[in-house]
Amino acid sequence: MSIEARLQLQQGNFELDVTLDLPGSGVSALFGRSGSGKTTILRCLAGLERHAGIDLRVNGEIWQSQQHFVPVHQRPLGYVFQEASLFPHLMVAKNLEFGYRRLPPAQRKVALDETISLMGLETLLARYPQQLSGGQRQRVAMARALLTSPRLLLMDEPMAALDQRSKAEILPYLERLHQHLAIPIIYVSHAIHEVCRLADYLVLLEQGKVQAQGPLQQLLTQPDLPLAQDADAASMLLATVLQHTADEMSELQLPDGQRLLISRLQLAEGQNVRTRILARDVAISLVQPQFSSVNNCLRVELEQIEADPHPGHQLLLLRLAGQPLLARLSRRSVSRLQLQPGQQLFAQIKAVALD
Amino acid sequence: MLSADDLSALWVTFKLALISTGLLLALCMPLAWWLAHTRWRGRSIIEAMIMLPLVLPPTVLGFYLLLLLGPHGWVGGSLQAMGFNHLAFTFSGLVIGSMIYSLPFVMQPLTAAFQAAGGRMLEVAATLRASPLDRFLYVVLPLSRRGFLTAAVLSFAHSLGEFGVIIMIGGNIPGQTQVASIAIYNHVEAMDYAAAHTLAAILVALSFALLLLVYGLNRKFKVVSIA
Repeated sequence: MSIEARLQLQQGNFELDVTLDLPGSGVSALFGRSGSGKTTILRCLAGLERHAGIDLRVNGEIWQSQQHFVPVHQRPLGYVFQEASLFPHLMVAKNLEFGYRRLPPAQRKVALDETISLMGLETLLARYPQQLSGGQRQRVAMARALLTSPRLLLMDEPMAALDQRSKAEILPYLERLHQHLAIPIIYVSHAIHEVCRLADYLVLLEQGKVQAQGPLQQLLTQPDLPLAQDADAASMLLATVLQHTADEMSELQLPDGQRLLISRLQLAEGQNVRTRILARDVAISLVQPQFSSVNNCLRVELEQIEADPHPGHQLLLLRLAGQPLLARLSRRSVSRLQLQPGQQLFAQIKAVALD
Repeated sequence: MLSADDLSALWVTFKLALISTGLLLALCMPLAWWLAHTRWRGRSIIEAMIMLPLVLPPTVLGFYLLLLLGPHGWVGGSLQAMGFNHLAFTFSGLVIGSMIYSLPFVMQPLTAAFQAAGGRMLEVAATLRASPLDRFLYVVLPLSRRGFLTAAVLSFAHSLGEFGVIIMIGGNIPGQTQVASIAIYNHVEAMDYAAAHTLAAILVALSFALLLLVYGLNRKFKVVSIA
């Protein structure tokens, strides 16, 4: 189960040459600056753009090769465009049914009312697209795409055209999609915090080429990639909400049993969360500090010490509960503590964000 | 008050406007679709040809049509060779002339509508499993209804008032090719102003009612804009 694609094409001055091997489940993010070819790749995968140099195989099925081209309307995919692009002449209910009705009943794997409640559209069905807010429209567009029971869901920066409030309104729905759907999602974005929140697998694009592709956590923390070199470089740790304490804190549990303490949040116990930890918010200690205000002091192993763009800094790749964690220290601290790969250390984490 | 000839002139006028508008819409639909989406370099030649009836004097148009459709013309001659009648001074000839005369009024709104209804909405429909024909019927047509209504109204109204082309190729045969505008001209020539008045007033009322209907619909459904 995977998506294998090879795309080679020339559009004016722009050259695209990528080979993708994406997992057959979860969210894969295509991440890069505008002009890096993200949207072009997505359009080629959908068949909206037809070029000779494309080979595409989805879960073993050939969608495009040199001899073969499956037209868009025969590909079992869902596509969410940057602007919701609802049919203006149809009410929300009819927009939702547009693709659903075109499927033979035997192929309808996604139920209408279930999707309506998943996306919170119950009260909007009798409205026309012009009567909806930007965030509502995008929710309708996502539901409409889901209702074609796609075997691959393509999303082209579905939040880029939205204001901050609508974004915040839509993210939880995207997360629900991620949790409820077994189908693979390919998500185009140029916003790293969206990617951190949603993606499992990451493809870094730069001027029509793949710079790197791999699991999100690994690529975020790989010291030689621009993400780790950025001043706001961060790691993403998966954790579970363990309990809320009497002094208004919440305890998160990492896979190895170690705990992260954060300010209390409105989350149910047992819920899985993604935490974001900035590299500059991680300090290192050789022994467990006893007289420090920092609550979170966790056992880690030092794997790698690499250069940082700033000559006075170094990047440390640590392993915490089997997950990579990035720390940015001064070169002086690294030599003062005589840090070496393989050492068991304590990481003091000053701030944890759940974004 | 209306003579039998006047009544039949009104009927011919109405029939002509209706038939030529219907045929024009049907024929222009594929042409406008093609024109709206082709990237062919020669499209400007086609566009110029389509607009030509707008600037030519109707008599020039009528004159060439007469030559073409008459017994010695390409079309009329060929028809006669095949055992049919030529088309000069016939109702069919009038329909052809009327269609060419109103062509720009149908092509323009239709092409504009198809340009607007293409693009993203078609892509969306394709990702929602709609085949090309399905997309045209259920996305393009409903989104272009504004263009269709504009085209239909302009063509119909334009045909009602036609004079030059008709007098050239249709002549003035009562009950067959005599339309209201020509009947009015005849009455004035014969100094029968009362009869001219009646007919002219009917045309004014009819045209006004038609436009009123369109603007009324426009307010209700926001479907037409006659720019």
